[in-house]
Amino acid sequence: MGNGGFLSELVISRNDLFYGFYITVLVSLISIVVGTILGVLVGVVLTYGNLPARFLARFYTDVIRGIPSLVLILTFFYVLSVIGINLNALQAGIYSLCIFCSAHVAEMLRGGLQNVHVGQTEAAKALGFSFRQTFTFILMPQALRQVLPTWINTAIETLKGSSLVSIIGVQELILSTQQIIARNFLTMQFYALAGLLYFIACFSIERFGKYLEKKVAIK
Amino acid sequence: MDYVLNFDVIWRNLDRLAYGLEIDLYLAIVSIFMGSLIGLVTAFALLSKHRTYRVIANIYVTIIRNVPLLIIVLFVYFGLPDVGLTFGQFESFIFSLTIYAGAYLSQVFRGGILAIPKGVSEAGMALGMSNLQINVFVILPIMFKSVLPAMSNNYISLFKDASIAAVLAVPELTYQTRKINTDTFRVIEAWTAGCLIYVATCYLIALILRQFERRLAIPK
Repeated sequence: MGNGGFLSELVISRNDLFYGFYITVLVSLISIVVGTILGVLVGVVLTYGNLPARFLARFYTDVIRGIPSLVLILTFFYVLSVIGINLNALQAGIYSLCIFCSAHVAEMLRGGLQNVHVGQTEAAKALGFSFRQTFTFILMPQALRQVLPTWINTAIETLKGSSLVSIIGVQELILSTQQIIARNFLTMQFYALAGLLYFIACFSIERFGKYLEKKVAIK
Repeated sequence: MDYVLNFDVIWRNLDRLAYGLEIDLYLAIVSIFMGSLIGLVTAFALLSKHRTYRVIANIYVTIIRNVPLLIIVLFVYFGLPDVGLTFGQFESFIFSLTIYAGAYLSQVFRGGILAIPKGVSEAGMALGMSNLQINVFVILPIMFKSVLPAMSNNYISLFKDASIAAVLAVPELTYQTRKINTDTFRVIEAWTAGCLIYVATCYLIALILRQFERRLAIPK
């Protein structure tokens, strides 16, 4: 068994680690971007839609937020293939994380939009703004600024959730790590290393969020 | 597509699902209870006058909050035996979830403590109470009432996180659902039932906690 030192094993397995980390970042990035766009749409419907649309959006967000992300991923992976949608594990993982992210973004945006003071809408109306103008120029900028910290949290949760797609066999950081460990038995060291890589990714998002918050804050 | 739904399988396996849910609740409740204690201690450490306590608490919270629970679970169950610390699946999962919960709840408690006006603890001081007495008898009761909504949210997501125990083959709800799926090939039924039970349980927990909040709310 190749049970050499940690450093030599690290050199041997660097490509696997890089690839795993790359897939983790890729899956998270797509899920966060698509999930946010989808979530903003659902969030707007949740706040301003007519009754049936609002009911549907509410049902969607509440059900998705009530299901653990692992169960969501497994459900997508198993169920979609049975109903004739053939996805590989990577696609199923990305789709389920997008849905997960969108439900959280929707709920967060609804809170943000409803927290903008009524006076703002009234002032816009008094100035003759249409609803679309009010929404784009008055409500959205204020709501987005307000939900920024929560959105950063959701992004971090999505990145952390991406670790769960290893369970359906996506070759991301955790699965790569497990394969490396199966080869060299340096269990503790390589799990700690994977943890460190996740930490770096999440911590960067957190720092970036803090920077963004400062940048968009109203002085 | 020739898939005919047949929910008989679910009715026949209902006891398995119920048992799984029971284990999930057990894991969540034990971890949340111990996690709350750790979170409380950490919250006071984060706000301590001593720099060492603040630094240690900060390192703990920052690391745990930025690492996936799955990594912590795998590290504890598969990694720690390398240094002679071997636990069963239940113990190591509860240990992992407790540490994870502690980091998240400490942030909630910290926010609650900071939200209390300074005059409250000053009033305690004026009455000649010691620091410990002020914290335990004055700060804590007020803080608990004000953080209940945020705490409920965290409790619900920690209950959902208990599903990760399936990775260690702990026979909880996700594990049972997957087992029914592979045993019977009733894929849609199994996952519909699993998801439904999770959603219903989260909803029930939210309802109970809201009732709790209402009863404990500080009258305005």
